Amino acid sequence: MLVSYLFLREYWWLIISLLAGLLVFLMFVQGGQSFIFSLPRNDMQRKMVVNSLGRKWEFTFTTLVTFGGAFFASFPLFYATCFSGAYWVWMAILFSFIIQAVAYEYRSKPANVFGTGVFDTFLFINGCLGPFLIGVVVATFFTGSDFSLDLFNRVTWGSGWHGLEALINPVNLLLGLAVLFLARVLGLMYLGNSIDDAELTQSIRKALLRNAIPFLLFFLAFVGFILLGKGYRADAVTGEVSLVKHHYLHNLLGNIVILFLFAGGVVLVLCSLWLGIVRGSRKAIWFAGSGTVPVVIALFLLAGYGETAFYPSSSDPESSLTLAMASSSYFTLKTMMYVSFIIPFVVAYIWYAWKSINRKRIDTEEMAGEGHMY
Amino acid sequence: MIENIDLSLVNWSRAQFALTAIYHWLFVPLTLGLSFILAFMETIYVRTGDEMWKKITKFWMTLFGINFAIGVATGIILEFEFGTNWSNYSWFVGDIFGAPLAVEGIMAFFLESTFVAVMFFGWNKVSKKFHLASTWLVAVGANLSALWILVANAWMENPVGMVFNPDTARNEMNSFREVVFNPVAVDKFLHTVTSGFVLASVFVVGISAWFLIRKREEMLAHRSIFIAGIFGLVSALLVAFTGDTSARTIAKVQPVKFAAMEALYEGKTDAGLTVIGVLTDSGERMGEKKVHDMKLKIEVPRLLSIMTTGKSDGYVPGLKDLINGNPGKGILSVTEMMERGRYARQVLTDYKMAKELGDNDSMAGLAAKFEDRDFIDNYFRYFGYSYFEHPWQVIPSVPVTFYAFRVMVGLGFFFILLFVLALWFHRRKTLEKNRWFLWLALLAIPLAYLASELGWIVTEMGRQPWIIQNLMPVHVAVSNISSGAVQTTFWLFAVLFTALLTAEISIMIKQIKTGPKH
Repeated sequence: MLVSYLFLREYWWLIISLLAGLLVFLMFVQGGQSFIFSLPRNDMQRKMVVNSLGRKWEFTFTTLVTFGGAFFASFPLFYATCFSGAYWVWMAILFSFIIQAVAYEYRSKPANVFGTGVFDTFLFINGCLGPFLIGVVVATFFTGSDFSLDLFNRVTWGSGWHGLEALINPVNLLLGLAVLFLARVLGLMYLGNSIDDAELTQSIRKALLRNAIPFLLFFLAFVGFILLGKGYRADAVTGEVSLVKHHYLHNLLGNIVILFLFAGGVVLVLCSLWLGIVRGSRKAIWFAGSGTVPVVIALFLLAGYGETAFYPSSSDPESSLTLAMASSSYFTLKTMMYVSFIIPFVVAYIWYAWKSINRKRIDTEEMAGEGHMY
Repeated sequence: MIENIDLSLVNWSRAQFALTAIYHWLFVPLTLGLSFILAFMETIYVRTGDEMWKKITKFWMTLFGINFAIGVATGIILEFEFGTNWSNYSWFVGDIFGAPLAVEGIMAFFLESTFVAVMFFGWNKVSKKFHLASTWLVAVGANLSALWILVANAWMENPVGMVFNPDTARNEMNSFREVVFNPVAVDKFLHTVTSGFVLASVFVVGISAWFLIRKREEMLAHRSIFIAGIFGLVSALLVAFTGDTSARTIAKVQPVKFAAMEALYEGKTDAGLTVIGVLTDSGERMGEKKVHDMKLKIEVPRLLSIMTTGKSDGYVPGLKDLINGNPGKGILSVTEMMERGRYARQVLTDYKMAKELGDNDSMAGLAAKFEDRDFIDNYFRYFGYSYFEHPWQVIPSVPVTFYAFRVMVGLGFFFILLFVLALWFHRRKTLEKNRWFLWLALLAIPLAYLASELGWIVTEMGRQPWIIQNLMPVHVAVSNISSGAVQTTFWLFAVLFTALLTAEISIMIKQIKTGPKH
């Protein structure tokens, strides 16, 4: 055995965490969409905003799909439990992404039946609902859900609301709102970097301050709650799951890598806010992205590593999912590990293609041209 | 829970999956084929420098983009539906089924989505060669994604490369190679993507024919018919070939589905292949299932025996043999399979109970059975049959499978003829003179969609009641949610997808009428 089963489980949890980090960063697309009715002052500005975001929406979409596929392959019991249990939340998330996928291509096409306004509303709905609900679902990794598993790992969900009950837990709402405002901040920074329009740049800078403050407040409140409150500890020997005070704080302080990722990421995000708001720098998005990804990875590692139930059951602790009980077999994880070695290659060609079509900022001249337009 | 399953929930869950899959498949085949047609056209443009080819490529690319967007939109739900609506299935086979899905995301979706952006927005931003490479990579990415999802789908029809783990109560992969090179997967991939090529070619030929009918964009139409005609003809011949190999494989691994496709109730030697026929109620019953007679039958003598066994006097089992058993031919009855499956399930239950009680001695003895070849081959392989109460429950809908198969095959041969005629008239420069053909080509577009959907209906309806052949019936796989919740999402999807399809068709027609930008 070249690598241990434990290593493979943790390796795949790291891949899941990385995909989650990239997904949250790429939700700058959703964040930008949430400004579609408020930021642009005229149709040309709206066209620039939509076309700027429209060249990236597929990356976010694909990352979400891959995130789901990777979860299915590596932790199928989570896939089975969370997706069926929190049925309505996932359906709402998926609906919002379905309407997004057609909105860019169809919004400005003649004979689109429903009119540009409807497709723009689709983008707005996805922009608000997508990040918020994904944040709420991820918060349940820390706050728990009401479910139980039988001998054959079949799921029974306690609440007839099937996931919507997560919306009445204030801690879940804190992360949902934090992710929403983070996406909006990232969206503003991205638009600031990709559009060449003085008036829009000014509007972006003002909006950045208004959205950075709630983001910081919601994020700090959520982090405060989970670090200072109780966490779901899974005993490594007996497998017994119990609520332990400061469990996630112990995880954070007990693992130097997680601590470094978290602290370093937070510093980079703060730097980006300073650059964007105070200095008006277009480079803020790169700092924000470089900070967001490690912070999200750190949060996921807090939930999964170090004798922790990553998807806890609040009503039946023994049904809580740990990396060990929810994972695929050794053989599958190992095979998938080999597949994952192509990820750096994938990232490299995405980077190259991204750079090659983003050499020049979007401006009114390009929007008046003949090229493919949204 | 399983024993008290709500059939309304099962039916609505099936209906929802069928609805979303059928909608998704309205858009996928065009993406698979048109992406290659775009790549061929752009290659000619880059090699010749002829701006007309660029204009032609961009015209079809606009239609590609309209179709691609809704294909992506309708696709996301399918992946997540395995978890939301089929959670017991997701756990039972996630160890195997999830891997191809993840590979699809990492390997194919990113390739497709990255380079589709370059393809649309890169015309004046990247070099000609890089743009051409991007167009080819979109085609490769789209077809690679088809490969992986079809590998996963094929595994459900012929589960290979796995062992059952009683501790986790699920199947676990032990050979990725066997999963990928599963004979059903190979046949399915080749048959499905080439059928997508045919649909796209019919689409291009049909739209081009419309331009010729309207005496517009003649050069675009002629050149497009030439490219799509060749691509379509080669693909249609491959579809026929892969369809044949696919049917042979089905005869081996899913004999009940095969018998339903042929509406063959009585097994026989020297079996003829029914070309067409009309099914009528014979009055006889197999449990609650009707037995059908065949009227107005046109048959090619002995061909079915030859195709399935390689011998003109080969024996082809019918549904009655497969349900009631035929000891002379080594066919077990379903009743016997149900008994053996129940024994296997009891062994698993006993093992789980012993584990709960910490009874290590019993556990060791029971666990050993799951490594015993005799138990695996003669009992556990029938595990899924334990969930049925009556043998007839394993019979799929014969009329649906029989007719869908025949219409699909008939249309497949019609498309071969269509492409031959298109190339013939193109070569003779008589396309415009044969207006009947132009109309025929235009009217063939919906038929291509019909054939494509019918292919999936044969595959998926024909393998009912199984979600995983012999291991898990559909009704066991469903999530434990309320039937009302699934009904609600079914109607939400029905309304949303219909609205989006309406917009798509309207935009597509408008773009076609507008024609290429001058």
